[in-house]
Amino acid sequence: MKIRLTLLPYLIWSAVFVIIPLMLVIIFAFSTPEGNFTFNNIILVGKYSYVFLKSIVLGLVSTIVCICVGYPMAYFISKIKAKYQNVVIMLLMIPMWTSFLLRTYSWMTILEYNGLINKFLSSVGISKINMINTPGAIVLGMVYNFLPYMILPIYTILAKTDEKVIEAAQDLGANNLKVFWKVIFPLSIPGVVSGFTMVFVPSVSTFIISKMLGGGSIFVIGDLIEMQFLGNTYNPYLGSAISLVLMLMIVICMGIMNQLDSEENANT
Amino acid sequence: MKFFRKIYMFLIFLFLYAPIFVLMVFSFNDSKSRATWHGFTFKWYHRLFENNDILSAFYSTMLIAAISSVIATILGTMAAVGIMKSKKWQRKMIMNITNLPMINPEIVTGVSLMLLFVFLYNHFGIFKPGIVTLIFAHTTFCLPYVILSVMPKLRQMDSHIYEAALDLGCNPTKSFFKVVLPQIMPGIVTGLIMSFTMSIDDFVISYFTGGTTQTLPIAVYSMTRKMVSPEINALSTILFLVVFVLLIVINLRREKDKNSSIYSEY
Repeated sequence: MKIRLTLLPYLIWSAVFVIIPLMLVIIFAFSTPEGNFTFNNIILVGKYSYVFLKSIVLGLVSTIVCICVGYPMAYFISKIKAKYQNVVIMLLMIPMWTSFLLRTYSWMTILEYNGLINKFLSSVGISKINMINTPGAIVLGMVYNFLPYMILPIYTILAKTDEKVIEAAQDLGANNLKVFWKVIFPLSIPGVVSGFTMVFVPSVSTFIISKMLGGGSIFVIGDLIEMQFLGNTYNPYLGSAISLVLMLMIVICMGIMNQLDSEENANT
Repeated sequence: MKFFRKIYMFLIFLFLYAPIFVLMVFSFNDSKSRATWHGFTFKWYHRLFENNDILSAFYSTMLIAAISSVIATILGTMAAVGIMKSKKWQRKMIMNITNLPMINPEIVTGVSLMLLFVFLYNHFGIFKPGIVTLIFAHTTFCLPYVILSVMPKLRQMDSHIYEAALDLGCNPTKSFFKVVLPQIMPGIVTGLIMSFTMSIDDFVISYFTGGTTQTLPIAVYSMTRKMVSPEINALSTILFLVVFVLLIVINLRREKDKNSSIYSEY
């Protein structure tokens, strides 16, 4: 077996900084501090199933909101004049590349009890609403941060859709609504699927958004992991076990999504 | 319908840009308040350049971004060339490893690297968490993006030109530098700029691998935990403008040659 010489440094790098660290996570997940094999850490993770459930629900809600809000956006972008499409896509990507900490922090300013929205509301005579430190604020933060990851893959697929297929459907007597549900939407499923994973994975594992917009009152998987490694309950063994479960969960979720994707392709 | 479409797009952009706009406006606010306007001032910009903590964090961030994006670009380009020449099953396997850090949640990448660095430090006394470990960590998460922006360029390239150079008497090394490199340069530069911006913006992985070293995102994070100073707004305004300019440069390049776009990889 011959490995290309130019590939060697990269392979060594990946082995040391990608593969070995993941192995360490697995080893730590099954070790006691004394270095013996144990299942205790994994069993302990079960105690936090409520945290997992909460994170998954928050992540799913944000992902579904992203699909509902992002799909029309992607569709509309694919319908504007070709030369303007690139500009719009660039405008979509610019916020994505600005410090997401600062943007989330800015939402604190907007949503706070004495923040901009409530200032506005009280100036027009409506009583203040409590928005920050609620699950809604966290979902908003996730949708805000990850929406472009939903729009871009759907747009890429829609922009590639063959106009002739749509025309054929119209010629055969389908109305606009029918063309959309029977032709355009099924063809765009792969984009929705990759958007789903690209939004769901960071939403379910975030710990900044929940900390900043949830005010620490809503505890998610990311917080739990962070606490085991850098918090006051230092326990990298349990932390590794939680990370491992999170990783497996995402692998399973992606497997299901890929399955959906290939079934859809087989049908069409 | 067309009107509705425009309104919808406008609302989405309003949603995406409103927080950035708020940040920028309040960097000129003559008060510590984050929600009330007290008049225009430049004082936070002056204070920013006298704040040694922020400046040294800025310096570390730039140093880490520069070194790790250069290493990632060199290693990534070499890897992309190697991957293109590999057999199909090897290529598939290597691409799976390449995709791993992109699929894995950032927090898992962060803690896994932290475990590695702590382990190496405790057993061999190398890789004390700090700037060096940050450079290694950042290079690791930038590498896939470089590979993914160089590969399409290599795929587009006409391999006959490379063979022609060999036929005309160039040795492989020389024909790589004289023929292949100029053709894949746009992909390499896109990869470099992407790595640089991602490194500047990274928080989660740095948070776990940096020890006590302050980079800008970490400094911002620790400030948001306490009372926040508007100097951070001033800093974010400057950073936004820098990233904005960098992105326009990337996109102008992309405009110049359409096929190097990174999102065609999805």
